[in-house]
Amino acid sequence: MSTLTPAAPSKTTPARATSTTGSLRRGKSRMDPTRNNTAAGIAAWLLALLFAVPVLWMILTSFHSETDAATNPPSLAANLTLDAYREFFGQTSGVSPWPALINSATASILSTVLVLLLAFPAAYALSIRPVKRWTDVMFFFLSTKMMPVVAAILPLYLFARTVGALDNIWFLILMYTSMNLPIAVWMMRSFLAEVPEEMLEAAQIDGANLLLILRKIIAPVAMPGIAATALICFIFSWNELLLARVLTGVVAGTAPVFLTGFVSGQGLFLAKVCAAAVVISLPVLFAGFAAQDKLVQGLSLGAVK
Amino acid sequence: MTTATARISRPGRNAAKPSRDAESRERALAWARRAPLLPALVFLILVTQLPFVVTLIISFLNWNSLSPDKTAFAGLENYATVLTDPDLRQAIFTTILLTVSVVLISLLIGLGLALLLDKKFIGRGLARTLLIAPFLVVPVAAALIWKHALLNPTYGLINGVLTWIWSLFGSPTAPQLDLLSQAPMMAVILSLVWQWTPFMMLILLAGLQSRPMDTVEAAQMDGATPWAIFRHLTLPHLRQYLELGGLLGAIYIVQNFDAVFTLTAGGLGTANLPYAIYQTFYFANEYGLASAAGVVVVVGTIIVATFALRTVFSLFKKEAAR
Repeated sequence: MSTLTPAAPSKTTPARATSTTGSLRRGKSRMDPTRNNTAAGIAAWLLALLFAVPVLWMILTSFHSETDAATNPPSLAANLTLDAYREFFGQTSGVSPWPALINSATASILSTVLVLLLAFPAAYALSIRPVKRWTDVMFFFLSTKMMPVVAAILPLYLFARTVGALDNIWFLILMYTSMNLPIAVWMMRSFLAEVPEEMLEAAQIDGANLLLILRKIIAPVAMPGIAATALICFIFSWNELLLARVLTGVVAGTAPVFLTGFVSGQGLFLAKVCAAAVVISLPVLFAGFAAQDKLVQGLSLGAVK
Repeated sequence: MTTATARISRPGRNAAKPSRDAESRERALAWARRAPLLPALVFLILVTQLPFVVTLIISFLNWNSLSPDKTAFAGLENYATVLTDPDLRQAIFTTILLTVSVVLISLLIGLGLALLLDKKFIGRGLARTLLIAPFLVVPVAAALIWKHALLNPTYGLINGVLTWIWSLFGSPTAPQLDLLSQAPMMAVILSLVWQWTPFMMLILLAGLQSRPMDTVEAAQMDGATPWAIFRHLTLPHLRQYLELGGLLGAIYIVQNFDAVFTLTAGGLGTANLPYAIYQTFYFANEYGLASAAGVVVVVGTIIVATFALRTVFSLFKKEAAR
């Protein structure tokens, strides 16, 4: 990250003249580096496990029977069963989560496609052939993200009610597109900015047309970044609750809306809640781990590489 | 690129009077550059800016959809209510408390984790993956797990572990926590810190790994203590990353709805502004009041954002010089 200013106190400069840095440091051995790392490793592992406990517990409980799930102290070694998953998929209660899962998939995938279609040309006009005052445009995009959804949701709700778009998945898709568009423009601009300028100029001099430049020069460099952008947009859409809760109902309700059915307790239902949480989180976990390499750059809107 | 084309076109312009032809061609070129940007820009203005203008207008109306015939211009009355109504004032306070505490705590823990993960140890990749997992659970699902599987006073994991530890020492009466009803705000903060710490950790770890190692090594050779290195080299380098994580975290946590809705349903002083606004228009049908509260959130966000934007800008500006 060369854009950040490194702090370099002047008092250290004389020592840098020594060329035998590595061996000297080892010889000095103020603190044994290997032991230090072991301690850090153990601490990191303990904390990592502590943070993972709720996730691991959720997965374990989802494979328990309802009676084994609700014990105090917890029954770690209880028999494993798929009952909770059968229950969640409605084999006994008859309430199927499939419509909600399909709605979520539809809304997340289609809004992501729309976001990419709108954001890619925009990012192109902000990096490869930048418009005048393109930084102002970037900050306009970012500022729309700073406006909380609640500040616009009532007019959107009233509009949808007036034109009969309430409980319509297409209206939700448009909302998710606008929600993710600023983030996608920022991310994609940072990925497109990595395309080396000399290569673009060379291709132009050689008379390559736009399509060829896109395919042969831009795509190879920016493709992993564009894929990560898509995955992150998918995650944000899949996770969204407030808009879905207000704008959809029985027909277009998404998976998070389905989950809100578990907010108040219903007797012995812990294993079922955990199974539901696991199933509905799986796409996000897959997408997140698939984007892991570019996750930081994406989530920081391209500011961190 | 812009400067390059400008430089090329200038000599020709100075030599002869700028012909109408060249001018219109230049304008066409500028529009060709702008064209790919327009669909995204127009779409975003229609879907986000226009509704906000409508919100602004509604905020000056006395409008309850249950008694539509009484709809009238209300002036600043709704704003006065937002700032004086005890529930809404509480919601403002709750929003600030929630955002500040979650951002600060998760930044602090995230910094600790990033410093640990910056060292090489066995299974570092797997530990990092485990640490990211909380961020990749659907927020409603995460809140449900905290509510029912972890914090439930009778069979939640936390009380279960307390019972188990106490029974190891032969005591049948372990202390049992009931955060959800006794300290609901803490329950909300706890679950959000759990979800947002991985995010902070990722950004700070990227910051640490971009640290110029030669100065650190030089300082070590000079006999600087690890604390001195952290204080005078690492922390100044991380400052921008801390600010960036704080800003992005704040943008999302100010707007949090899922955790409050799921864990406490806004009860016992945990209703933040997004939840209170949702209640006000969705259940109480007070459209004017809800809109005024929405405008207040935006104003608050703008105040925070003008400070925070400077951070993003400083990271961004050097790259923009490209």
